Amino acid sequence: MAREGSSTVIRGERGLISRVFVYSTLIAITIAFLMPLVWMIATSLKTQSEASRATFSLLPDQPTRIFQNAADNYSAVWNDPVVRFPLYLRNTLIIAGLSVVGMTLSSAIVAYGFARLDWRGKKPLFAIVLATMMIPFPVIMGPMFLLFSWIGWIGSLKPLWVPAFFANAFNVFMLRQFFMGIPKDLDEAARIDGCGNWGIFWRIIVPLSKPALAVVALFHFVFVWNDFLAPLIFLRNQDQFTLALGLQLYQSKAGQTPWNHLMAASTLVIAPVLVLFILTQGALVKSVATTGIKG
Amino acid sequence: MSARDAQLKRDVAGWLWVSPWVFGFLAFLLGPMLVSLYYSFTDYPLLEPPIWTGLDNYRRMLSDETFRAVLWRTAKFAIIFIPLATVFSLAIAGLLNGKVKAGGFFQAAVFIPTLVPMAGSAMIWLWMLNGEYGLINLSINRTLGWAGVSAPNWLSDSKWAMPSIVMISLWSIGQMVIVYLAALKEVPDEMLEAAAIDGMGPIRRYLSVVLPLISPVILFNVVTLMIGALQIFAIPYILSAATPGGDPRAMYFYTMYMYDNGFRYGQMGYASAQAWVQLLITLGLTAMLFIASKRLVHYRA
Repeated sequence: MAREGSSTVIRGERGLISRVFVYSTLIAITIAFLMPLVWMIATSLKTQSEASRATFSLLPDQPTRIFQNAADNYSAVWNDPVVRFPLYLRNTLIIAGLSVVGMTLSSAIVAYGFARLDWRGKKPLFAIVLATMMIPFPVIMGPMFLLFSWIGWIGSLKPLWVPAFFANAFNVFMLRQFFMGIPKDLDEAARIDGCGNWGIFWRIIVPLSKPALAVVALFHFVFVWNDFLAPLIFLRNQDQFTLALGLQLYQSKAGQTPWNHLMAASTLVIAPVLVLFILTQGALVKSVATTGIKG
Repeated sequence: MSARDAQLKRDVAGWLWVSPWVFGFLAFLLGPMLVSLYYSFTDYPLLEPPIWTGLDNYRRMLSDETFRAVLWRTAKFAIIFIPLATVFSLAIAGLLNGKVKAGGFFQAAVFIPTLVPMAGSAMIWLWMLNGEYGLINLSINRTLGWAGVSAPNWLSDSKWAMPSIVMISLWSIGQMVIVYLAALKEVPDEMLEAAAIDGMGPIRRYLSVVLPLISPVILFNVVTLMIGALQIFAIPYILSAATPGGDPRAMYFYTMYMYDNGFRYGQMGYASAQAWVQLLITLGLTAMLFIASKRLVHYRA
């Protein structure tokens, strides 16, 4: 497809005025989308009195104090005696680590069954997989809580990571699409060499699907990091809180939380996903683009 | 080995490979759903066993003022938010779908807020919308103050609570922008050129070539938005708790009332009935969207 060349006829026909319009609108949109985050970080680097003052200034009055302010504010958050962020970070990492491993592995295994094997009942079962994507979590949260308290999991982190080991419809769907694109000749060759399904899965499918598996892992990590309702319901003990719950606790604890401290806490909670976004160089954006249009 | 044995062996293998999902589906989805259906016909204060009360919970919804209020508020949110989100994300995607320098940067800028946890997003906007020192009010009062315009106290003013929630939700439409942009890039140039040769202007081209071609993606996004909008919880839950001076009802949505019934008022039966009504509304609206759009959505072979 000679997309680049021919597109100039239709898509490149912008004159100077329309170019100015496009770029100024895009810059305005960028500011609107990023300003809240910039303002959050800027506030976290101010003193308490500077933060609660009507000013547009992004910097503290004495810009050289920025490092001192950062040290003060972030250590106040990190060392808060009641809301223990280090503990919540540990909990969140445990939940995220275990569920990312469980989700990626189990979804890949299930997707292999749907993509590569022929068996009776596959089609109707796959239709059910797709249909479950529509079920709202609130519909099952009550009985889930009762189930978990009945088997004694309330009071532990298990309700938040064990279910991840049983795959998820969206990830199964995505990986199945990917696996179906891998040539079947490779399976046949491996079968002749004496490989069973397990061997084919580990020696052919998994190595060839690393990018897709990484995307599943990445998205699930972001999902777990951000989840609010499930931890709110399943974690009854403050020592087991995740960062998202901890942040709300920090805001609502007795007495007014100063804005500079609250924004430092928010930055701490948000920064890891943003760093992950930068490190993966837009892999998330690319995968949203490819999975979204197939839907 | 006979053909039947081979078939049986394949069946066993297939079901074995998908068994993790099947188990999860039964234990963590279908099971809880059926249990919740049963509870919805009972009075279940959690500390005592459930007592069968038939349709009482469903009847109670009809006369429950709070239920009607949260249902209407949630519907209102969906009705305002979904069209705005769709128009904005299509518009931004349209701007990015051309020869834009630094397109990757603009895409990243729009996408980044979707990664922010709801709790973080709530804190940021609590600060941005603060009545005294919030950046939004500073900007409005400084630029329009001479005209006598003074910015509202967004979150604690019951009139402005809904626009605030909509605005905060619009902040994270980035995923849809990316999806629409990818869909727009799939529109074949030949079709656009043919339309241009036929004398169609840019607006006609957009309405009668581009929109029909990306209509399946629009339908998918609208359904996804609808399912999400009916479940809205974290942002209003955190913000209403963080706005002591405000009207607590102004940010009270369907799932919040359900959560309160189940986990705070000890009315698991009533909460379960509400959960099932939410499920039926979700499925019903999804089906309606698919049927209504049959004529509008154009599927390419």
